[in-house]
This record gives sequence, C-alpha cells and structure tokens, in this order.
Amino acid sequence: MAAAVRFFIRGANSRLSVGTGTSGSLGAALLKLSPSCSSRSKTQRRHAAHFTYQPDPVPTQYGETQKMNLFQSVTSALDNTLSSDPTAVIFGEDVAFGGVFRCTVGLRDKYGKDRVFNTPLCEQGIVGFGIGAAVAGATAIAEIQFADYIYPAFDQIVNEAAKYRYRSGNLFDCGNLTIRAPWGCVGHGSLYHSQSPEAFFAHCPGIKVSPHKVKDNIKCSFTDGDPPHHSRAVMQVPSQIINNPLQKSQDLTKYKINTIIITMKARLKRWICDLLSVFFQSVVKTGRLLVSHEAPVTGGFAAEISSTVQEECFLNLEAPISRVCGYDTPFPHIFEPFYIPDKWKCFEAIKRMINY
Amino acid sequence: KGKGGSMHMYAPHFYGGNGIVGAQVPVGAGIALACSYQGNNQLCVTLYGDGAANQGQIFETFNMAALWKLPCIFICENNKYGMGTAVERAAASTDYYKRGDFIPGLRVDGMDVLCVREATRFAAEHCRAGKGPIVMELQTYRYHGHSMSDPGVSYRTREEIQEVRSKSDPISMLKERMLANNMASAEEFKEIDIAIRKEVEEAAQFATLDPEPPLDELCDHIFHNEPPLEVRGTNPWSKLKSVS
Repeated sequence: MAAAVRFFIRGANSRLSVGTGTSGSLGAALLKLSPSCSSRSKTQRRHAAHFTYQPDPVPTQYGETQKMNLFQSVTSALDNTLSSDPTAVIFGEDVAFGGVFRCTVGLRDKYGKDRVFNTPLCEQGIVGFGIGAAVAGATAIAEIQFADYIYPAFDQIVNEAAKYRYRSGNLFDCGNLTIRAPWGCVGHGSLYHSQSPEAFFAHCPGIKVSPHKVKDNIKCSFTDGDPPHHSRAVMQVPSQIINNPLQKSQDLTKYKINTIIITMKARLKRWICDLLSVFFQSVVKTGRLLVSHEAPVTGGFAAEISSTVQEECFLNLEAPISRVCGYDTPFPHIFEPFYIPDKWKCFEAIKRMINY
Repeated sequence: KGKGGSMHMYAPHFYGGNGIVGAQVPVGAGIALACSYQGNNQLCVTLYGDGAANQGQIFETFNMAALWKLPCIFICENNKYGMGTAVERAAASTDYYKRGDFIPGLRVDGMDVLCVREATRFAAEHCRAGKGPIVMELQTYRYHGHSMSDPGVSYRTREEIQEVRSKSDPISMLKERMLANNMASAEEFKEIDIAIRKEVEEAAQFATLDPEPPLDELCDHIFHNEPPLEVRGTNPWSKLKSVS
C-alpha cells in the first residue's frame, strides 16, 4: 500500500528518512510511545507526540525485495516490462545511453536497439508516434526528457491520446501508451527544467496522471488499459529527482501528530477513488489537511483536492484546508530556494492550522 | 537579473536563448517580419542546433519565411551530436543546409573563422537584397558535454574529441594561418592572450561578485503596466508584490 500520508513525528532523535532509499511500498510509520514519556500533564503537553519511528516490515507478498533508489526502481520496472512483454518498446530523447536521469541504463544492451531507441528531438512526433504504436497493439513507453518539454506534445496527448477510445466507441484505444516525464525542480533547472505540469493534464479526461512512487504502480500502468472511468492512455508525470529539496524536507522532527501533510510529489496516485478515500479517512480522523506541491498555486492540483475534500468532509474539518504551493510566477532560477514550498513553509502552515 | 539563469541573457538586439530548443525559430521569423515592416534594413539571425533541426515548428517557420520573403538567416549549428544522439541516428537527412527545401542553403566550415565571416556576409547581402530567407549550416564540434548532466564521453570517444581539438580548433587554425602568412608575430599573440585572460577574469569577477537580485523581485515582471498586484504564494496569508 503506498501511503498517501506521512505522519510527522516529534522525537528526540528520530529523523524520518522515509522515501529515498526504500523500494516497494512505504507504509505509514508505526508509532509507539517512547519509554521516557511520563504521564504528568506538563510532559504530556511537551511529549504528547513523542514517538519513535519504526519502519514498516519488508513486504513479502511480492517475493524478494531489493533496496533501490527511485531511478533504479524505474529501470527495474522497465526491465521487467520489457522481459515479460515482447511488444514493449521504449523510446525518447537520449534513452539509449541511459537517459539524463539514468532511468534506462543497460536496457538497450539487454534488449536490443529495436526495442530501446533514441528519437529525434520532436516531442509532438514522439507522442504521436507512441499513440500510433499503442493503437496498433504494442506497449509503447515514450519518454519526454523533462516535463517542461511536453508542451509541443500537448495537442497529441489531450486531443488524440485522451480521446481515442471515447471517439471510436472502444474500437481503438491507446491504453498501452505510457508517457514518462520527469518533473520538478532540480536545483539549477530554472524556467524550463523545473516545471510541474500535472494540473494541465489532470484536467483532461481520458488520461491518467500518476507518480513514480512504487514499482508496482509503474508496472500496473504499463499493463493497465482498462481503468474504472473513461481514462485511456496512461501517463506518468513525476519521476522524483533524487536531490529534490522537497524530498529532503521529509526529515522533519517537530510536528504534532494530528496534522496530515500530503505532498503532491509522492502522493498523486490515480486521482480517482483510491487517493481521495485515503484523504477522506485521514481528514475524518484528524480534522485538518495541508496539500503541497511545487506547481503554482492558482489552478494547481491542490485546488482540486481541497475542493473535493471540503465537499465530502466539510463537517469534519476543524481548520481551512491549507495549500502550500509555488508562487504564481514562472519558475525562477536564482530564487528557487524561496520559491519552492519547503519544510519551513509547511511548518508555518501547520502551526496556523493547529492554532486556528 | 538572475531570474532566468545563465541560459537567458539578453542585450539590445539580442533576444536571448530558449530552453525549448526550436521555439526560437518562429520567434526569429517574427522579428524578421518586424524588421522588414519597419523598413530599417535590418535582418534577423536565428540559431538552432542539429538536434532542434528536427522540431516541427522549424519547418512551419521555413514555410512562412519563404512565403513572405522574410529577411531571416536560419543558422543550424551542427556539432554532430544532439546532446547524446549522433546526427546520423537522429536525422534522415544530415544535410541540414538542404532541409530548408525551397529556401537556399549554404554549408559552411564552422571551424574556420574567415569562412564563417564570408558566408555570413553573403547571407546578409542575400537577405538585404530582398531575396528572402537563407539557411546556413555551420559544421562545428563540441568539446565538452551538452550540459551539467551530460559527461560528454558516454556517446563518443575521447580520441575523437582530442583529434578535433588538435586538428580543427578554430583559434589554433587562425593563429597558424596568420603566423604562416606573416600577418602577426608570436609575441603579439602572447599579448593578445594575456589581454583576453585579463578580460575574462574581470568578467568572471564581476559576475560572481554581482549581488543577487533582492527577494522582492521574485514576482516582478510577470505582467505589464498593471498596478502592483498581489501574487498568491505558498501560503494564503503571505502574498508577494508584483511590479510590472
């Protein structure tokens, strides 16, 4: 189960470093009271949330697990897909040598250049080509080098891929298409290597936007052509960049337990039932919600979540839903540390929600 | 002011670099149209690379430029690699000067300074004479990687880089030519080297010591001529001012 929630705990020396190193699912942390926590009210106030982090036991239902970082997980998922599905092909800019994020390392040597190949620099062409390949039955995995480059392909994705099944009455579909596009700020990316376009695509019915969170998720998306709603082509938007400051901000040490922080990066599953039901359960339990993402706040995906949660859980909310997102400006180069919603801004927002 | 980073430098008549390669070509044609419209005898030089040469919008631009006879020089800097992909594997036709189809094209040895100068002169005269656009392919090479995430050696051999550096380096070639023809002496070259080094160091110093823009400017220049507006940000209670 990929947790949609992180509980940030206050502990004397516990630092949450969940996420960067572990493979498989990241469950909610098991919490147990520290033995030094006394029952006196003063210490109760101070140590009310004094918990010790216990990592989840390694899941065994999928067989052997291996510790990998995100890129290795992606490569492994692609590897598995190529070996199990003879029609699978991977293509994109510079994927042959391994890709700028090293997500396709070794695959060309292993599976041959007819299955892992470079394309010229033409996003619209890449996606259109992928749609054609998928419609004809191949499992096409197209890579857009950075999410910022996806806009020339916007027409193909929104007007062709998303609507193929719908307009042909299920006679044709490109459900076998997956588009991989790394998004998010990387420290020196500036305007055109740091964007988060998930909101643009989430708005389009017919495609699924999902994060690279777990290997299972990725594999599912490659084989999944049949979603509950009228989603058609499957698209994965974020591929976490390993040194992302927001990722590092997971090492939080001073948060009270009844706040939920949901970071868009790591959370955005299929934006259908699963995601929202987890949010609803959490909100019912704690009464507060903070949603955070790097994309600009106006019209960002946090707005959608906010709005849906307040519709369903209005009476459970004890404070307005807080959105900690990027500013409504193009992604600046020099101002990046100030632009991104980091742990301090989240902390500030949490404090206000608690004291509402 | 640092908001764009090193890729986005601007100056009078220098309309800047573009992150999405190929996007600058239609923009260049637009500038060329403005030149011809304003009748100021100017033309626009638009540069793109061998990787970007495969973008669809470039061909759309070629069509418009030829149709309306825009004074635009399209220069393709062919350094043999589109980051990690060699030109033979990216382009069905590596004759980039011919890709303009109905637009005349020149293939130029980009490593020869004098050759480039003459070719550009020819192209500029062509445009100024009202004959319409022209394509130039400069054949050149890149010693380092494309960017910080590209080591530069995973798709080519070091020997290849060394060979080009020793045989076809533009600066060395010009230097040798001038020495061989007695146009300058070795001491004069040394003086030039020293002067250049000094200038580059001063420029680097200026760049590193130059203060970063103040935080208030984070949201400036999003729009134009509007009264200062408040930009929503990471928290609903903290808004930044945007001055146009």
